[in-house]
Amino acid sequence: MVEQTIFPGAEAAELVKAYKQRHLRRIGLVIGAAMVLSCLVVLDVITGPANLSFARTFQVILDPSIASPKEQVIIWKLRLPVALMAVTVGAMLGVAGAEMQTILNNPLADPFTLGLSSAASFGAALAIVLGWSVVPGVGGLFVTANAFALAMITSCLLFLFTRLRGVTPEAMILVGIAMLFTFNALLAFLQYGASELQLAQLIFWQLGSLARASWVKVGVCFAVLAVVLPYFMSRSWALTALRMGEEKAAALGVNVSLLRMSVLAGVSLLSAVAVSFVGAVAFVGLVGPHIARMIVGEDQRGFLPLSALCGALIMSGTSIASKAITPGIVYPVGMITSLIGIPFFVLLILGQRKRHWQ
Amino acid sequence: MSGLQAQGLGFSYGPKTVLQNAGFHSLRPGHLTALIGPNAAGKSTLFRLIAGLSRPTSGGITLNGCDLANLTNRARLKRICFMPQFFAANAALSVFDVVMMAHKQLRGWRVSDADMQTVGQALSQAGIGHLAQAYVSDLSGGQSQMVSVAQALIRESDVYLFDEPTSALDLRHQLEVLTRIKQAMRARQAIGIVALHDLNLAARFADHLILLGQGRIVAEGPPETVLRSKAISEIYGVDVQITTGPREDLLVHAYAS
Repeated sequence: MVEQTIFPGAEAAELVKAYKQRHLRRIGLVIGAAMVLSCLVVLDVITGPANLSFARTFQVILDPSIASPKEQVIIWKLRLPVALMAVTVGAMLGVAGAEMQTILNNPLADPFTLGLSSAASFGAALAIVLGWSVVPGVGGLFVTANAFALAMITSCLLFLFTRLRGVTPEAMILVGIAMLFTFNALLAFLQYGASELQLAQLIFWQLGSLARASWVKVGVCFAVLAVVLPYFMSRSWALTALRMGEEKAAALGVNVSLLRMSVLAGVSLLSAVAVSFVGAVAFVGLVGPHIARMIVGEDQRGFLPLSALCGALIMSGTSIASKAITPGIVYPVGMITSLIGIPFFVLLILGQRKRHWQ
Repeated sequence: MSGLQAQGLGFSYGPKTVLQNAGFHSLRPGHLTALIGPNAAGKSTLFRLIAGLSRPTSGGITLNGCDLANLTNRARLKRICFMPQFFAANAALSVFDVVMMAHKQLRGWRVSDADMQTVGQALSQAGIGHLAQAYVSDLSGGQSQMVSVAQALIRESDVYLFDEPTSALDLRHQLEVLTRIKQAMRARQAIGIVALHDLNLAARFADHLILLGQGRIVAEGPPETVLRSKAISEIYGVDVQITTGPREDLLVHAYAS
């Protein structure tokens, strides 16, 4: 190559400098995204009737003791759980999408396209329409528990499918779409026999909504993230290596099938919890990681945190939009994410950055 | 007993036997061995068996008298560095990142200054410094192959296995890469095995040749002996003639018989 320098030491120093700059830029981006996210959370809280100011709301969130009784109810009881639910669910879907894409070597993988969301919807429908509980003894949470159980069963099926020899990434997505149609058809069966009240509940579920957020659910989401995210971080070299191809990763000492299995378990947990709390929210797990990949590439040390942050930013933005489009009406977030996600999905298929996935 | 040695290796892929009773005598540290043989002779399989990525159905491999089957996969891959043949990377990872990944070998989250220095020097020496910030998905086949070799050579191992490291390279880079591999083996006193299709390159760079055909080791020894043996014509199914080149090197001529 023509640009070989005469002093290899000098060139090496240049390369190290460039690498350090990239690393700093990556840290800067993650911090920047986190700061934007906290602003969005405050914005999310002040959006809606009550005329809260940004600065005052920020203070109340930082120091709950100064809140007036009205602020106490609006900010702490009503709006903050919703805003934080958006953040945690967005982060969970972002991480789930990022790692699904990594382990399945598939740019189109996310909890929605692989059918996990429709499985969860079907599980919820079983509970709402027939009153069946897949998991016994969960009491009032049985709608959520059903949704969770079916999402987990579906990801186990997907995993078994990946174990078959000669399954291409495209075939995986087709299987996901087959799952999606299967569960939608089953869902239609249930809808046909449902009462009007049940139907209303079902639709609400299918469209995805943050309205049922509570502090307990936010806590559960944080707990799941706190368990799964550090695990993924600890495997970040192995996951990065996997993107170089299975053979290469194996030659570096990665136990590829064990890694796939454990990461898929984590991903299933993340997406099942997210989907069972907020219903079917499409495309966040797809769009978030792709934006992160475009910005920092696929070194997991930058890719993973930024995917989580991008997912959270999208959900938080969507939550604001759902309240701001028509004052007084809160639209289901799933509708909005679909509307944003579909054009992106099409662009992706048309191959904006196709060569990363040939 | 020093060196790498294999005895009676057998491997089959379902009903299809890929290797049977394949064995080679001790390969010595500091020497470069070329593994030659026609397509589907079992070269890659032999590499996978040595690296421990596949388990042989029979036979065993020893390194300096120690049976490799007794090592864990991780420990084994630390001593044996294997560069697989196909480098189909479509990832948005920079060349610096992937060489760093090979250097770190999955250990630790933090990247120290020394690590960065090592990687920077390796890239510079490999002549791919100008590609450091490029994504591996944007590289040409030849460039990817040079990155692959850099990834292998940055690791400190006792045995290096290169599966066709020069198949996508132009003449000059073929010579450069093989020279670098040979020098590294000598400097590190490591055992190197390169699978090659080009018999002229094998003759030029290897200290030792192993000829593989239909899952067996047909001939083994110094290039001179193996290339002049009758087996080579039989295994490749061509008429092979050897002459001496202008610099006292062996030249291999093949004619469809």
